[in-house]
Amino acid sequence: MTAARVERRRLPLPFLLLLPSAVFMLLLFGWPLFMGLLEAFRGPDGFTTAHWERMAGEPRFWEAVRNTLLLTAVVIPIQFVLALTMAMLLQAKPRGAGFYFYVWAVPLAISDLAAGLVWLAIFTDLGYLNSTLVNLGFVEQGIAWLNYQNPLSLFMTVVVAEVWRATSLVLIIVVAGMQAIPKDYDEAAQVFGASFWKRLWHVTLPLLRPSLQVALILRTILAFEAFAVAQALTGRNFPLLVGETYEWSVGLQNPAVASAVALVVLGMSMVVAVIYLRALRQPDSVRDAR
Amino acid sequence: MAEVRMRDLVKSYPGGSGRATDEVSLDVEDGEFVVLLGPSGCGKTTLLRMVAGLELPDSGQVVIGSRDVTYLPPKDRNLSMVFQSYAVFPHKKVRANIGFGLRMRGKDKAAVDHKVAWAAELLQLTPFLDRYPSQLSGGQRQRVAVARAIVMDADVLLMDEPLSNLDALLRLSFRAELKRLVGELGTTTLYVTHDQVEALSLGDRVAVMRDGRIEQCDEPIAVYDAPASEFVGGFLGSPPMNFLAGTLVEGDGDGGGVALDLGAARVPAPAELAGMRGQAVVLGVRAETIGVSRSARPGAARCVVEVFEPLGSAVLITAELAGQRLKVQAANTFRAEPGDELWLDLAPEHLRWYDTSSGAALATGTSAVPA
Amino acid sequence: MSAPAVTPSTVDTSVALPPVDRAPLRRLRRRRVLLQAACVLVTLFMGLPVYLIALAAFSSRATLNEFPKSLLPTGFSVDTLSSFLSSSGVVAAFLNSVVVGLATLVLALLIGAPAGYAVARFAFRGRDTYQLMLLITRALPIVVLSVPLAQLFLTAGLYDSILAVTLVHSALALPTTVLITASVFVSVPRDLEEAAQVFGCTRAQAFRRIVAPMALPGIAAASIFTFVLSWNEVLAAAILTLNNRTLPAQVLTSLADSPIAYRFAGGFALVLPALLFILLMRRYLLNMWGSTLR
Repeated sequence: MTAARVERRRLPLPFLLLLPSAVFMLLLFGWPLFMGLLEAFRGPDGFTTAHWERMAGEPRFWEAVRNTLLLTAVVIPIQFVLALTMAMLLQAKPRGAGFYFYVWAVPLAISDLAAGLVWLAIFTDLGYLNSTLVNLGFVEQGIAWLNYQNPLSLFMTVVVAEVWRATSLVLIIVVAGMQAIPKDYDEAAQVFGASFWKRLWHVTLPLLRPSLQVALILRTILAFEAFAVAQALTGRNFPLLVGETYEWSVGLQNPAVASAVALVVLGMSMVVAVIYLRALRQPDSVRDAR
Repeated sequence: MAEVRMRDLVKSYPGGSGRATDEVSLDVEDGEFVVLLGPSGCGKTTLLRMVAGLELPDSGQVVIGSRDVTYLPPKDRNLSMVFQSYAVFPHKKVRANIGFGLRMRGKDKAAVDHKVAWAAELLQLTPFLDRYPSQLSGGQRQRVAVARAIVMDADVLLMDEPLSNLDALLRLSFRAELKRLVGELGTTTLYVTHDQVEALSLGDRVAVMRDGRIEQCDEPIAVYDAPASEFVGGFLGSPPMNFLAGTLVEGDGDGGGVALDLGAARVPAPAELAGMRGQAVVLGVRAETIGVSRSARPGAARCVVEVFEPLGSAVLITAELAGQRLKVQAANTFRAEPGDELWLDLAPEHLRWYDTSSGAALATGTSAVPA
Repeated sequence: MSAPAVTPSTVDTSVALPPVDRAPLRRLRRRRVLLQAACVLVTLFMGLPVYLIALAAFSSRATLNEFPKSLLPTGFSVDTLSSFLSSSGVVAAFLNSVVVGLATLVLALLIGAPAGYAVARFAFRGRDTYQLMLLITRALPIVVLSVPLAQLFLTAGLYDSILAVTLVHSALALPTTVLITASVFVSVPRDLEEAAQVFGCTRAQAFRRIVAPMALPGIAAASIFTFVLSWNEVLAAAILTLNNRTLPAQVLTSLADSPIAYRFAGGFALVLPALLFILLMRRYLLNMWGSTLR
């Protein structure tokens, strides 16, 4: 965000303009964050780790950690491959590209709760998937996709719903990134004899790196926050970390443990962001080039 | 290396008005340097891109060597190209940029290194091989783009306004260097520009384009001296060719000659136009071919100075001749003031004749266009 | 009569040329067909679920209980939707969602747009720090804030109020609002604003007469974005309220003990604004994510 020409002023006008937002964010981000930290470590007799022990002693917590990480690890690679494919399909300017883009972008504005309910209509026992399978004669009776006794299919339904819901975000970032790359680079690669795959590997992906980095960080952090999808599809059969926070806070009325779980999510988000930023760092010289 | 043959190439863009190229045919001989010159939107870049394979024609044919490549993907055409924006990959070092085409064609590393070193030496890029493009100046990036193109041993070298992003001084020096380089390599080259000086200086032949058609294709001197149409004469040269409209009448000379009546002055016309007596024609004459003197002389046309501009190497006079305006270039020692009377000598061998309605050149002995 | 010159031939017609090779063109056509097929396939995956939830929401109770169901609209009925709307709390929650969304939109814009303007137009010490702060808050999980905020609001007497949800949603939308409005203001040429000032406008007049009208479409886009963010937010709304639920919170908290028809209707009600939103925002989506995230 660099203004073409930014003026230097001694007047406090910019500070006046910024002040409300800064105060607002301090009050609604800084203060609760601080309070949350305090809460998680505060007992009746001052500092304590009892809430953390309580959290860790609950098997559902570890199940939630495992599920959250597993879901993220499976969903994100699928989403990136899918989003890149979709972006390249759009770049090839098919007939009706505007319509395709619209349909593909719709889930961007759909909440994870709504996404869960949408796929519930498909995966539920008497839902549209089973109906189709029976209609086509593949199975005699419907399959219990959402039964807790089928952990794999339970997991897969959540994966499908998450891929469906959140690929649009990656798509938008990737398409915007692709449009910012001058066409000349790809054309030069074509003229100099590069095949489609070589162009993808040597030109498109490296030039998309900043966009992919942003998408990856954003998507991973958002993936850690998913919970309503699983709630809508599986009830309490597929615990996720944020869902556990919700349970501790609303169901069990224990804000201290809820804060501890929330801080685990925050910690995971920060670790992931740092890892990505390091792993995907480019030499400064390359970044300045465009 | 190979020759390029374009035949009846038609290309129109969806939503565009009319054809970008309209049945264009052109041959570029083996080792020849042909420049496509024209104003923006004349179809020169479209033509180049059809040779490159970056656009496919609606109809027509492109042949490189003896191979039809009309619809072949760019990567299979064995071309190389210099882009207007250079298109030097920002994420690759200079070395990888120059060697890119060779690596894509599967050459082994030793061969690539050898060629890269050669090209870098030729373009004075050796000290920069391990830098990223962002660490180079615009001129150096341009050299990288050229180096990347010449290492390819391509059949045809395509250049799309490669000098237009350089500043004026750099452009001048790199132009000469480019000419020397391409001359030594002897690669068949197709070069697009809207800069007439560049076109005249570089090309073995210059193809002047307008509205998707080639108006004239000839050696630079011929295109400049004998423009095939008013458009070509007006597009080339600075100042552009003067055009004076008049009517052909009975000449004053012996043998029933023919002359152009400009109102206040009469200019003898070639005998080939005798059959057109009574018709309106346009006379074209270059500013620097007009003789100018301060005293009245027989056969000279009187004009009045409107503007006098010293240009350093010469002086430029804008004058009014019988209600029509023309520009005259004189030696830099010549002086005049607005309002001065001058007499102009229009030497017959420098006069060109054009049809009033079509603007096409009329065949005359003096302006005979080489067939 | 006239004697037009013959344009010199640019081609050597005596050379026999090889025939035009159309094989690459056929390959290209085949590729286009595959491209369309792939696009249709992806569209089915992305679009079919939306169609199916709409189908479910507009099916009668009897049709919903059928098995196997037909994928074509057979038993059209508004029973499912109307029973959803008449179940307790739904209409109130719907209205709450709209009110919270609009209030969030206004509040975020009032606080965020001036900051966006400052970031776009001024160089000042602390500008980078401020932008870093925006990025960090953007990445902060909502859940970390919601639990302590519930405590804070309880003590402040704001718990279970529309205002509480509005405040949190505004805070969540603020970083994005600042970044989007900044990019909108950057795109309004500085020259125009200066020209207005040269011709006698004050800074405020120049802003009102020149900048504001030009920035309006972009600001509108940012507003719609804020509204949708608020409309979709589930967690904070569910944690911060008990009786004054927004629609997603209402649907979430009654998931466990509601009939399946209720859930389908709720899902459709939540999806519907998304269809509208993306339709309105198609043109802005790429600008928003393209320019604000770099």
